[in-house]
Amino acid sequence: MTFINQFTTVHLDFLKEIGNIGAGNAATALSKLLNKKIEMNVPDVRIVSFDEMVEMAGGAENVVASVFLRIEGDAPGSMFFVLPLHQANHFIKQMIGDIHFSFEQPPYNEMALSALQELGNILSGSYLTALSDFTHISLYPSVPALEIDMVGAIISFGLIEHSQVSDYAIVIDTALNEEGFVSTETVNGHFFLLPDPNSFKTLFKALGVEDNE
Amino acid sequence: MNNTLSVEKVGIADLKLVKTPQLIRTSGLGSCVGVIIYDFERKIAGMAHVMLPESSLAKDNNFNPAKYADTAVEKLVSLLVANGAKATSLKAKMAGGAQMFQFSSANELMRIGPRNVSAVRNELDRFNIHIVSEDVGGNSGRTIEFNPTNGILLIKTVNKGTKEI
Repeated sequence: MTFINQFTTVHLDFLKEIGNIGAGNAATALSKLLNKKIEMNVPDVRIVSFDEMVEMAGGAENVVASVFLRIEGDAPGSMFFVLPLHQANHFIKQMIGDIHFSFEQPPYNEMALSALQELGNILSGSYLTALSDFTHISLYPSVPALEIDMVGAIISFGLIEHSQVSDYAIVIDTALNEEGFVSTETVNGHFFLLPDPNSFKTLFKALGVEDNE
Repeated sequence: MNNTLSVEKVGIADLKLVKTPQLIRTSGLGSCVGVIIYDFERKIAGMAHVMLPESSLAKDNNFNPAKYADTAVEKLVSLLVANGAKATSLKAKMAGGAQMFQFSSANELMRIGPRNVSAVRNELDRFNIHIVSEDVGGNSGRTIEFNPTNGILLIKTVNKGTKEI
């Protein structure tokens, strides 16, 4: 059985629940941090080619601010919190109280970078804590790394584990947006959770869903 | 970049060939390496978007040859020759292999960019293909476009503009 054929609708629904719990917690954290209402869409679980994965994040050349961390422990994987630049600007302006701030051109303001890193820290931490509490799986996040660059260059790094097993990745995607914030681009803030191929067994076992291998 | 000519797009872990006047491009290279092998006299070029250094990393026997440095270079050479290129006239250019994130983690996969670069170099050496120019390493993403008519490789980096090698 190939890697991607082992997943049924039931498996994907359970993964969707993981996205719901993790991102729900992160959205609450973001809402508290900004003192604003945050909208979260229903998580999307997709089996996608590497190119499709990059398209989900706005296309290979789209420039984004992304916080990336490796998840270690019983179910290793990669996690990205991806923000289009205009949305990163919007959040950071509120966090540091400087309405003129922008990430459009380097050198970037040190305080803004640090605030963005902290935002990524808090959100990904709350996502993983919720996930770990729900599944009783030990998950240890690495220190998140912040990068402002082309989405293709950033995301492909998180696809390396998958690429050794298949030409497809399973991605749990949840979009977040501040209520009433009019986005000029189609891409919102996204959480992309990419469990390593070997982690699915552990996740499904913890969720009590039968493995059909 | 030039939009008047048709551009063949190479995806992640993909490889393609073009002939003059077509251009060939791959976008958003991070730790991956874009390798171009071309025959300048016969105006034919192939590009691969390599993700991993060697096919021994594949956990499935039915793997995609464009994904690995060792199999991608070999495949490009045989495709080029089958399409009229002369094996002894082949030259190469390459870009990518950045270290996008700085981690203290001991995981070898975190160093994948530099490993991809050296694997591509070794393979080109195995086929006696000279590397005319390269732009590798660093910590920025790159979009690259090769023109087989003049042999120029355009490299676009966020906030650093475009350069030709």
